[in-house]
Amino acid sequence: MLDISIAYNRYKFLGYEFLTWLWFLIQEDPGEIRKADPELLSLDIGNRIVLENRIGDASEVITIKGDDAGFEEGILALKKGAVVTEMNLLYKSGDYEWRFTLKGDGLTMSSLKTPDTGKVETKDDLEGAVLEKIYLREKTVNLTDSLFGQFIRLRISREWDKIMVSSIRQWIHSND
Amino acid sequence: MGLLSSSVALMRYKVQGSLKEPMLDTVTDALKQNAFTEIEDEAAEKTVGWTSFQSPFKPDFDGSSFMFGTYIVFSMRIDKKSIPSKLVKKNYTEEAAKKLAETQREYLSRNEKLAIREQVLNVLSLRIPAIPSIYDAMWNYEAGMVWLFSTQKAANEEFESLFSKSFKIALIRLFPYTMAQFGCDLSESQRDALNHLSPTRFAE
Repeated sequence: MLDISIAYNRYKFLGYEFLTWLWFLIQEDPGEIRKADPELLSLDIGNRIVLENRIGDASEVITIKGDDAGFEEGILALKKGAVVTEMNLLYKSGDYEWRFTLKGDGLTMSSLKTPDTGKVETKDDLEGAVLEKIYLREKTVNLTDSLFGQFIRLRISREWDKIMVSSIRQWIHSND
Repeated sequence: MGLLSSSVALMRYKVQGSLKEPMLDTVTDALKQNAFTEIEDEAAEKTVGWTSFQSPFKPDFDGSSFMFGTYIVFSMRIDKKSIPSKLVKKNYTEEAAKKLAETQREYLSRNEKLAIREQVLNVLSLRIPAIPSIYDAMWNYEAGMVWLFSTQKAANEEFESLFSKSFKIALIRLFPYTMAQFGCDLSESQRDALNHLSPTRFAE
């Protein structure tokens, strides 16, 4: 295996491509996402998406935020060669709802909000609350890992270049 | 941000290796030996150590109090002194003026300036209290996974080094490449294909 710090920088494009692919699936093929969580009700772009377009040494960052924001500017940025560097997601499974942000370079999670849990009022409540919080956060971690696994297996297959890249290009340009 | 907060950030790690049996005793000893202790050297800029999730300002690891179900839950405490640069500048200017007056000179040498600056920093370090920060961690021992509830670079680096020093096992930070290597059940040839990937250009 490669040195960790070299691997981080050399392969962070995988995180950006994963988020771009996920955006494509959310809009064009949500059934594919259900493979990652059979209980999944929906997975949508939340209230923030960040794209970056590097041209030589210069970098253009496009941030789209707001609950009712349209993503036309984002698609336009994709057309110009930008990659998705950050994406807030709204995940519904069963009767519950999660929100979290994935950053492309490290696929770290931030602003991870789980469904409401009971208040900790006594010492006896603590263990239950900790286990519940861990369980609820594991749902988003498992969903992310499962989707990333799907992406990686596709990414290293011939299907990526043969089919997926042209499908994503078509999607980007169908939004003209 | 802590484990029970309504909104959290997560850095995930894969643990490489296992602890000496009995595991609970090894964890207790490692946490105790590297527990946070109040700053003894009052001029120290930073102190780092483990503390209890339940009582972060009074570490207690007895009775496996860090076990929640099958998860090991504990916290890292970092006390750090942050001296405002404007305060350093003000005190330095005063001390430098005093020195010039005492020696009846117009200029100070480079070494004198450095010595004054160091002295100012030492005096201020004694006067300024360290600010504590607590970072919760969860270790799923069976799955070999650790979560740190922070994505701050400094906290991640302190955690990685304190963890390997305490438990004598390494943590591998999970990011796209390591997630693919360790979490996607890839075959040897798929791993090789992964190493040869280059960026896709989606724009035509």
